Amino acid sequence: MAHARSGLTWAFAALVPLLFLGVFFAWPVLAIVHLGLRDGGLLDELTAAGTWELVGFTLGQAAASTVLALVAGLPVAFLLARCQVAGTGFVRAAVMVPFVLPTVVVGLAFRALWPDGGVLPIVLANAFFNVAVVARTVGGLWAHTDRRAEDAARALGASRPRAFASVVLPALLPAIGSAASVVFLFCATSFGVVLVLGGARYRTLETEIYLRTVELFDLSGAAALSLLQFAAVLAVLLLGGLARRRRETALSLRGKADVVRRPTGGEWGVVAAAFAVVLTLLVPVVGLVLRSLSTVDGWSLAGYRALTGTGERGTLAVSGVDAAVNSLRAATDATLLALTIGVFSAVVLVGLRRGRTPWGIGEALDTALMLPLGVSAVTVGFGYLITMDALPGDLRTSPALVPLAQALVVTPLVVRIVLPVLRAVDERLRQAAATLGASPWRVWREVDLPLAGRSLAAAAGFGFVVALGEFGATSFLARPDAPTLPIVIARLMSRPGQLNSQMAYAACAMLMVVTIAAVLLIEKLRVPSSGEF
Amino acid sequence: MSLRLTGVGVRYGAVTAVSDVDLAVADGEVVALLGPSGCGKSTLLRAVAGLERPSAGVVAWDDEDLAGVPVHRRGFGLVFQDGQLFPHRDVAGNVAFGMRMHGVETEARHKRVAELLELVGLGGYQKRKVTELSGGEQQRVALARALAPRPRLLLLDEPLSALDRALREQLAVDLARLLREAGATALVVTHDHDEAFTLADRVAVMRAGRVRQVGPPTEVWRSPVDVDTAKFLGCGKVLPADVALDLLGITVPGRVGLRATALRVSPNGELEGVVEERVHRRDHVRLLVTVRGEEFEAVAPIAEPPALGDRVRLSVDPDGLAVLGDQADGGE
Repeated sequence: MAHARSGLTWAFAALVPLLFLGVFFAWPVLAIVHLGLRDGGLLDELTAAGTWELVGFTLGQAAASTVLALVAGLPVAFLLARCQVAGTGFVRAAVMVPFVLPTVVVGLAFRALWPDGGVLPIVLANAFFNVAVVARTVGGLWAHTDRRAEDAARALGASRPRAFASVVLPALLPAIGSAASVVFLFCATSFGVVLVLGGARYRTLETEIYLRTVELFDLSGAAALSLLQFAAVLAVLLLGGLARRRRETALSLRGKADVVRRPTGGEWGVVAAAFAVVLTLLVPVVGLVLRSLSTVDGWSLAGYRALTGTGERGTLAVSGVDAAVNSLRAATDATLLALTIGVFSAVVLVGLRRGRTPWGIGEALDTALMLPLGVSAVTVGFGYLITMDALPGDLRTSPALVPLAQALVVTPLVVRIVLPVLRAVDERLRQAAATLGASPWRVWREVDLPLAGRSLAAAAGFGFVVALGEFGATSFLARPDAPTLPIVIARLMSRPGQLNSQMAYAACAMLMVVTIAAVLLIEKLRVPSSGEF
Repeated sequence: MSLRLTGVGVRYGAVTAVSDVDLAVADGEVVALLGPSGCGKSTLLRAVAGLERPSAGVVAWDDEDLAGVPVHRRGFGLVFQDGQLFPHRDVAGNVAFGMRMHGVETEARHKRVAELLELVGLGGYQKRKVTELSGGEQQRVALARALAPRPRLLLLDEPLSALDRALREQLAVDLARLLREAGATALVVTHDHDEAFTLADRVAVMRAGRVRQVGPPTEVWRSPVDVDTAKFLGCGKVLPADVALDLLGITVPGRVGLRATALRVSPNGELEGVVEERVHRRDHVRLLVTVRGEEFEAVAPIAEPPALGDRVRLSVDPDGLAVLGDQADGGE
């Protein structure tokens, strides 16, 4: 087999996803950068006092949310990774629900509890959303950490807290750091939650960009803010990347060990705390359902019935049902597109590592694929608005734009779920198949595909719910006559009228049901402790 | 129907794993590549399979250069150390895999699967999950899987090394019988000389990426080509001919290698030594003795072994001697 040739083939194959990212991510984002720099908007913004207040609030609420998510997530991580108690299956699924809920739904769920909004619900909602990230990321490493190191420390005379502080915590720090950076990123670029709960009073960079573009038409100011946010995001991503690299080397040192035990003594306190966290997470979810059913006249299905119409005084251009159909259609297209690009990229990344290709093209592709996760969806959506009319076929007004932007958000998740599974397939299994007469394509079909099949289905389900709830980019790109459900919900909430808000809550409840069903399905399909989320 | 390697070398960047190997495997012959770990034997095997690209030389089958033939068209079966069975297929699915790739009809496949499972002693295992098999059973399935598409050449990479000792010895005998019955042409990589000598018609000893000696097992065992080969084959001590005559009273044409069994404790022995160390082995007691100021390994029967410090009589057993020299170069 000509290895040099196959290495080159993989390198060329890597250009396909890179080209996609170039056109549908780098170009729009760079256009924003250009716009921000050109009109001197950046300097104006940097010297304006309001800008630094915005930055301060953005970072402050993100930091507070991150701390809260860590405090709430760690007991859950312990429960999932180390404890053999009834109900862990339920906890595993329940903790995932908030993470995949559409941001608008989360925002609205908290508004049902705090009708006036404010800083506290913003922080709570952002933390609520991200407990799953902490529990999953830290729990994943915790489950792989050899319990015998802890036992050795105990045997050497360390008390339980001492053993935790001196052995367990240092081993977990990379995962905690990585989780914290991801959560901070999500909270700093959180859009739907802040828009719904903060209104005009509490604004972050992300919502300010949106308001300037949509309400004030201050494009250069918005671009300057995007640039500022992009710089901050890049810094956090780099820090997180460092933590992740440390974690991967740490992980490779340890095999899977049987680490699940029945908790003893003080550990029951931690278990109780974990269950308390999970029950708290369910409060907004249940509250939302109750709110969708209760009107001033008592319990009623009025909100759900109203979904067939266009809201009070014709608030919407289309009916709620039409919007739901739009949502399903766009999410399906986005999922298929993201699966195609994501799986192709994962295969290329595995092939690149195998073929020992020089020039670090594998690392470049890996990093490039993660970038869309870090750059705010609002920036991407805004970027599409100012670049896509240059492409043939008048893409800017095309309905294909929404699925394209959603696919960009979903693709990194697909890669992160599928890649670890493909990497875990023993190379010699492929070689065994080849010596038995399977061509490279046949090897992929007979070995890789069946082994990664479950994770592919999980990635599809996960991608679908994320696309379904995508709000930031979609809010820029959806045409007024073809909104998706999250857009409709936001619109209904921003307009007065008892029926409108009733209808918004009903739409949220429906979106939530679809999401929860998808999460339960993913949980069934998930290959144990593979992938990051 | 034969494999011929001419001047084969494999390099990883600046590291040379294999260099200048000439070797032939004739039709129906089993050749063992024997050497310590890291000597390049597995790399050579992978080059034959087509999994590594030789940086020099020619791998040819029936005088056809295989350089342009990809792995899946070579028709060589490969068995890994740890089986590498497909976890998502049952036993029958694993064994039938190669035949499916070659488009063998379903009925013929079923028949051949049953036949092969019978051959490896796992008759009726078709529907078993491979993840529920023991290590030895997994290796048997891996062997059946490799044999099923009737490969031109069978490549075995440390096929028994992952198993525990008793099972390994049993399976080595079974494997030798299987290879003979199937009339297979095979290249076996191993670091264990017992295994090599059980399985192979000829043994190629490798060290530091080169083949040092090729020959029938007895020839390689009795006449290692140089000191390092003699040491690898269990000779703890190598003496020049004059020293051997002087110390032990034996006459040999060249340098002589002594295995532990060369000196045996016996009441009528013509040599005398003092016991310095004693270790119990499975079927004998291993001693370190001093004979005329020089330390030697020796063996004693398990019953009534001598104690430390004892003076013992020792006799020389010719079976424990290996005569070194270029006359045993083997080659071809």
